[in-house]
Amino acid sequence: MTIISKTVIRSAIAGLAGIVLGSSAYAQNISGAGATFPYPVYARWAQAYQQETGTSVNYQSIGSGGGIRQIKERTVTFGASDSPLKPEELEQAGLVQFPMIMGGVVPVVNVPGIQPGQLRLDGPTLANIYLGEIDSWDDDAIKALNPDLELPDLAIAPVYRSDGSGTNFLFTNYLTQVSEDFKDQVGSATSVQWPVGLGARGNEGVAAQTGQTRGAIGYVEYAYAKQNKMTNAVMKNQDGQWVEPKSETFQAAAASADWSANPGYYVILTNQPGAQSWPITGASFILMHRQPQDPAAARSALKFFDWAYANGDKMADELDYVPMPDNVVSQVEQTWTTGFAEVNGEAMWTGGNQ
Amino acid sequence: MTDTAIRAQSRVLSGSQARRQSLMDKAFQSATAFFALLVLLILGGVFVSLVQGALPALGTFGFDFLTTQVWNPVTERFGAVSPIYGTLMTALIAMAVGIPISFGIAVFLTELAPPWLKRPVGIAIELLAGIPSIIYGIWGLFVFAPVFQQTLQPFLIDTIGQIPVVGNLFSGPPFGIGILTAGLILGIMVLPFITSIMRDVFETVPPMVKESAYGLGATTWEVVWKVVLPYTRVGVVGGVMLGLGRALGETMAVTFVVGNAHRIGNSLMAPGTTISAAIANEFNEAVGELYISSLIALGLILFFITFTVLALAKIMLMRMQKRAGA
Repeated sequence: MTIISKTVIRSAIAGLAGIVLGSSAYAQNISGAGATFPYPVYARWAQAYQQETGTSVNYQSIGSGGGIRQIKERTVTFGASDSPLKPEELEQAGLVQFPMIMGGVVPVVNVPGIQPGQLRLDGPTLANIYLGEIDSWDDDAIKALNPDLELPDLAIAPVYRSDGSGTNFLFTNYLTQVSEDFKDQVGSATSVQWPVGLGARGNEGVAAQTGQTRGAIGYVEYAYAKQNKMTNAVMKNQDGQWVEPKSETFQAAAASADWSANPGYYVILTNQPGAQSWPITGASFILMHRQPQDPAAARSALKFFDWAYANGDKMADELDYVPMPDNVVSQVEQTWTTGFAEVNGEAMWTGGNQ
Repeated sequence: MTDTAIRAQSRVLSGSQARRQSLMDKAFQSATAFFALLVLLILGGVFVSLVQGALPALGTFGFDFLTTQVWNPVTERFGAVSPIYGTLMTALIAMAVGIPISFGIAVFLTELAPPWLKRPVGIAIELLAGIPSIIYGIWGLFVFAPVFQQTLQPFLIDTIGQIPVVGNLFSGPPFGIGILTAGLILGIMVLPFITSIMRDVFETVPPMVKESAYGLGATTWEVVWKVVLPYTRVGVVGGVMLGLGRALGETMAVTFVVGNAHRIGNSLMAPGTTISAAIANEFNEAVGELYISSLIALGLILFFITFTVLALAKIMLMRMQKRAGA
């Protein structure tokens, strides 16, 4: 019997962690929960912010789905999600959404004789590999993209993230945009049913599995690929240019995106136009209530985000995340002024640096 | 205190003291009964909330939930066949590996080991039990899987894999991780549980009984097989069941090495998933009522599987006792 209750308790804890730990009794302390992808940078910011102001930010990385649930149930001051909510969904739940930080997803390979940045891939080929239609490294489609490379007659072992994650969402979202077949057969979500390959848990799992299996291909967050010096591929973007994964190309994707035309910042940064844009880029979003139950807590959360936009770039950079471009930041702060309901006739946000 | 002393003292107890004592006895009894019933209450609560959580999924998919292999969060079609298969298969492999090894260790420790070796080996076994499961998972992924992939897996594919029919179970590319790897890691994880229980119950066999058998000229093997095992079979089965329960529900280690694919491969080396691994992997990011409900329904199925296994074990034990009594 103990075994059953253990499993049940474990799964319950996953859901409850946010409720129990996230809600705080003090208005001074800001509580948030959600996406795991931005957790390292949020934690870093929170630490620096506490040293500077004494206000603590308690962020629980319970996953985007959990973050959305928690903010809807009002158990936290802010939620965080790697996939943006659609405008109608925001409307329905009475939420305000804005992008906070960006990152990129990078295909990594383990093919004998191939060095980082040598292998060239485009979207349709990547999709066909994950559909199982291209199953050998010396396939004509890969050869055509890499005429100068010596490609072995080796089976491709696709590796995917088995845990539901924003990384999965970005990767599958990109593939559905470049491949009709992928859209029909798999679709895009934080977890999908992969037709081939094997799943590994977390970035570290994908990295390890790819590193260990000859002929493997996987995808991990940029920070992970860089820190582990993995063999990344070069991708062809929407403009037909070959681009390397790096801060500049992620930022190019964000800058090309039309944020102002999309209510609720419903912009998914995959497959953006622009000669420099890395095709699998994504932003992580913050969700807050239009009419917060505790306006003081919401206000101090906004102060923290304002501080992070202004002072957090270097820390983000050190952790290989990409800060939001300045024009997007000023748009977001504009949203804060108008997006929230007034409290006692006063706007929630009346400008930064207070 | 001797009997007469107790009797003497109880005679000294006055009426009020006796009443107080009986009151305290009652209070003690109801307190312990309350704690015992609390277990039933909690178990009932878990069951009810699981059923409640699983209802939307079971209502939507009905019996199909137990017979389809689809697990597609995008189209919101869910079926539990592959996690059920993975759960049972990994537990089966774990038992196939764990039981004989545990039995060997326990026999060695109780019957054959020189006294100076008993303690260190015994302590080592108990230390194995103390290692957190995540450590087994990480070790499995980073150490065991690559070694397995490069040595044992190619060997199995070249030998057993070539035999018709059975060979199918050992075919396919050597990924290192998969159902077989998860089963083997689980086998190592259940070792200490089964071993320490077997050792403890083997030690309860009165030396006189064994010595009598030896005196009749029995070999060590005969003593173990015909004296020790029949004497301790209830405890042995209990230990095996404890190990099986752990293997069925183990989560953390399995998610690292099972391959996490909602598919039933024809080979044991193919990636698969288990119920607890699927829940642990997907619960955090699951969105939508049907998805979450399907994951809870998986939990309910695991509840049933474990309950059935324990019930079968009890029935088996009762049968064995009856036969022994007849």
